[in-house]
Amino acid sequence: MRKRLKLTKHMKSYTLLLLSVFALFSCDNTTTDETNPTNNTVEATEEFDEMSIFQLPSTWKTQNNETVEFKDFQGEVLVVVMIYTSCKAACPRLVADMRNIEAKVKSEANQPVKYILVSIDPETDIPEKLKAFAIENQMDSEQWVFLQGSDENTREFANILAVKYKEISPIDFSHSNIISVFNQQGVLVHQQEGLGVDNKATVNKIIELVAP
Amino acid sequence: MKFNVLPLILILLSNIAIAQQSTKTVAIKGGKYIPLYGTDSSVVTVKDFHMDIHPVTHQQYLDFVIANPKWKKNKVTRLFADKGYLMDWTSDTTFSNTISNSPVNTVSWYAAKAYCEYVGKRLPTVDEWEYVAMADETKKDARVDSLYNQKILSSYETPKTYLKQVGKTNKNIWGVYDLHGLVWEWTLDFNSVLISGESRKDVDTDRNLFCAGGAVGAKDLMNYAAFMRYAFRGSLKANFCIKNLGFRCVKD
Repeated sequence: MRKRLKLTKHMKSYTLLLLSVFALFSCDNTTTDETNPTNNTVEATEEFDEMSIFQLPSTWKTQNNETVEFKDFQGEVLVVVMIYTSCKAACPRLVADMRNIEAKVKSEANQPVKYILVSIDPETDIPEKLKAFAIENQMDSEQWVFLQGSDENTREFANILAVKYKEISPIDFSHSNIISVFNQQGVLVHQQEGLGVDNKATVNKIIELVAP
Repeated sequence: MKFNVLPLILILLSNIAIAQQSTKTVAIKGGKYIPLYGTDSSVVTVKDFHMDIHPVTHQQYLDFVIANPKWKKNKVTRLFADKGYLMDWTSDTTFSNTISNSPVNTVSWYAAKAYCEYVGKRLPTVDEWEYVAMADETKKDARVDSLYNQKILSSYETPKTYLKQVGKTNKNIWGVYDLHGLVWEWTLDFNSVLISGESRKDVDTDRNLFCAGGAVGAKDLMNYAAFMRYAFRGSLKANFCIKNLGFRCVKD
């Protein structure tokens, strides 16, 4: 009797196991969602806006050799551009555009704004190089962040900005000239395209976000 | 005893599932060629790699979605896939039987990239894709053949080719099917194409190599089909989900 009972118990667990096997392969089962070990990328968490870049799992190195993710910038307005430091023509103008925007916003902003320059040449633009570039261009204060990612992270991020770039030679890239503004939730809210264009709309958008 | 064996069986089963998921690949011997946008100085070198012989099908993509629920139609993040994602699927995990073996479409670049990583592969680069796609049944480079170009162009004019089944077109000299005739395909670096409508306005190179040079720089003006593909890639954003756009994977 005792033995039989044990057997039924076994059978029960067996059925349970079998059931869970079916559950694994079944379609609308929700319990598999959280437990699946093959899911090696970071789950998008509910707290972020659907279009927020804070959902990106990628990590980056700053000019100070710190490791950061975009979600570390939560609550700050982000002004983002993609450049490379060995660039001779377009990038200095883009960097100048960033500095002009920063200068105009500075007096009006009463909330933090970060100006982020993401390298499209992560092989060359190691943190030391970015640091030197920052110092040389008087962009070494805390509102300026230079980022080096992996090739893959960089391409993925460029895709979010719809920035296009191609390596022409090891020291020469062609690329889109786009300055993007993200709000405090990490959502892209404004883009300025072109070099040396009137930055009034961009400045107004940032001020609207930081001085409501 | 049975309890010890069952997990083993489970592991075996899941391995088989993954093995079935992944399309067979063939070896592609690398080489040099001049792509559409090139001058003699821009010969592209493609290294040896392996390419899926078919585009990824709806059925294969379903296996991926079941294992990676964040890519379900109703769960996916808008940042990574627009509203058209898996448009023709009737639910998170169902679609009409008629398309199981057709190329999956309405998937974003992020989704395609995640799929390839899941099966231990990656998306091909534009240069790799075009290198294999310039072959026909008998030649590695059939671009000078007007019939080759004509055939591709007429397939571009045929509606709803994404409903066709994979592996039914003639295989090219490498043993790869369906590069032309079913869907256009995502490439890893599709965003390196600098001939979008905005290219004159917002793109600059240090030496103005591309300045207003989109069409004039085309190496092979006869290859209008390739021109269309480059232009199409230039118009894409990574979260776009489009009916005539699918993908296949490659590995090194």
